[in-house]
Amino acid sequence: MQPTFSSSRILLPVRPWFIYFSLFIALLLNLLPTSDWPLMPDWVALVLCFWCVREFRRIRMGTGFLLGIVMDVANSAALGQHALAYVLLAYFSAYLARRILWFPLSQQALHVLPLFLMAQLVQVGVRMITGAAFPGIEYFIAPLIETALWIPLTYLLLLPQYRPVEQDPNRPI
Amino acid sequence: MAGIDHAPPPFFKQGPAPLALLIFYVTVSLALFVIDLKYKSADTIRQGVAVVVDPLQRLAQTPGAAIAEAGDYFASLDHLQQDNATLRRAQLDTAPNLARLSHLEAENTRLRRLLGMKERERAEGKIGHILFATRDPFSRRIVVDKGLQAGIAAGQPVIDEAGVVGQVTRVFPLSSEITLITDKGQVVPVQVVRTGQRSVVYGLGDGTMELRFLPANADIQENDVLVTSGLDGIYLPGFPVAKVSRVERDSAYSFARIFCNPIAGVENFSEVFILDPRPASEAKPPATQEEPRGQGGEHRETPSKKPKRAARAH
Repeated sequence: MQPTFSSSRILLPVRPWFIYFSLFIALLLNLLPTSDWPLMPDWVALVLCFWCVREFRRIRMGTGFLLGIVMDVANSAALGQHALAYVLLAYFSAYLARRILWFPLSQQALHVLPLFLMAQLVQVGVRMITGAAFPGIEYFIAPLIETALWIPLTYLLLLPQYRPVEQDPNRPI
Repeated sequence: MAGIDHAPPPFFKQGPAPLALLIFYVTVSLALFVIDLKYKSADTIRQGVAVVVDPLQRLAQTPGAAIAEAGDYFASLDHLQQDNATLRRAQLDTAPNLARLSHLEAENTRLRRLLGMKERERAEGKIGHILFATRDPFSRRIVVDKGLQAGIAAGQPVIDEAGVVGQVTRVFPLSSEITLITDKGQVVPVQVVRTGQRSVVYGLGDGTMELRFLPANADIQENDVLVTSGLDGIYLPGFPVAKVSRVERDSAYSFARIFCNPIAGVENFSEVFILDPRPASEAKPPATQEEPRGQGGEHRETPSKKPKRAARAH
């Protein structure tokens, strides 16, 4: 696979443990006590969306559902709230996967912005139907930050898959 | 060439169609949502998942807690001395009252016995250390480090040194979740100290509260203090709850709009006191006002099993 489909660079195949490790780190980042900081991005949504775009055969809606249940319990949100948002996010990311990777990174970010907004809107929707108060407009800033993080995150998470441009067969390591 | 994936892509064996999977997961999510919010019976699932999530959560808290502790360690001597002096002064302030408290309590018990009244309940409970405030932006809750293992049960009231903080709403094996009185729909029955009027105060969800069901010409002013009335059988009477911050009287409506701020450090504190549930009241009036079907008597519940969540039922 290439970084983007228009690139001529071939990447190493992804190691499955790295996918789960990155999701675990994202979960830990989400569990940080940041309730006073509404701008904190939803790291799990970001990393999940990334792997659903890159590896839609490995990471599917089931992973999103499990992570969502964990997030619901950890945030003491309504059970099923994050699960629903993540399942929809995973589905639409995989749906867009074949298209997104033809674009350069900045335009990829524009593709995932509606997905992150949708994930937040779904959560606001299901909670407000059941009588919760509107959490304020700053709730929708987090998706913008997640979108901005798409470019650095792509470099970071693809790093283990790059191979050196000039291969030296005699290199000791 | 170890890197290249030799397995051919699984063209035909890809599991169920994505749309079918999507419909399945969405249905399960919505079912869980309804079970949790409407029937309030998903707590076993929650407790099961919490067993796994709790250690992770504490792991994630460790760096922050370590930094805070390091900060405490390097707190200046001057600061500590000031703190100490303030505390000593505060203790001296309360000393005369405290010294006479046991005497007064004994006297009160004796007088009440003479009058044939029920003895006043004593406030006992456990100290809980606050782990964190939950990240859910739709509600106002905190998590403390005492859970099922410490004998905490849902419905117990929680106070701090200034007044009422909230109520335990969910209990996990090692932690429990407290809904603050400022949470939207959280209700506390109160009494105005100055006039003795009783009403209920509702959380608004934005850090303030509203005193409802007082007529537009009610005798209430800014800075009136509201204390728990104890009529609910959950909160002991007399704990400060809120202070009136603004009164809007509009003759077009039959009720005044009265806004209050909580007295307890509801949004910033580190330790709280979880009160034991009140014993079942003996002298309840025959139950006619709530459920006309009952003849009184047999459907008397213990207060701990009936947390005051009437307004949260929707």
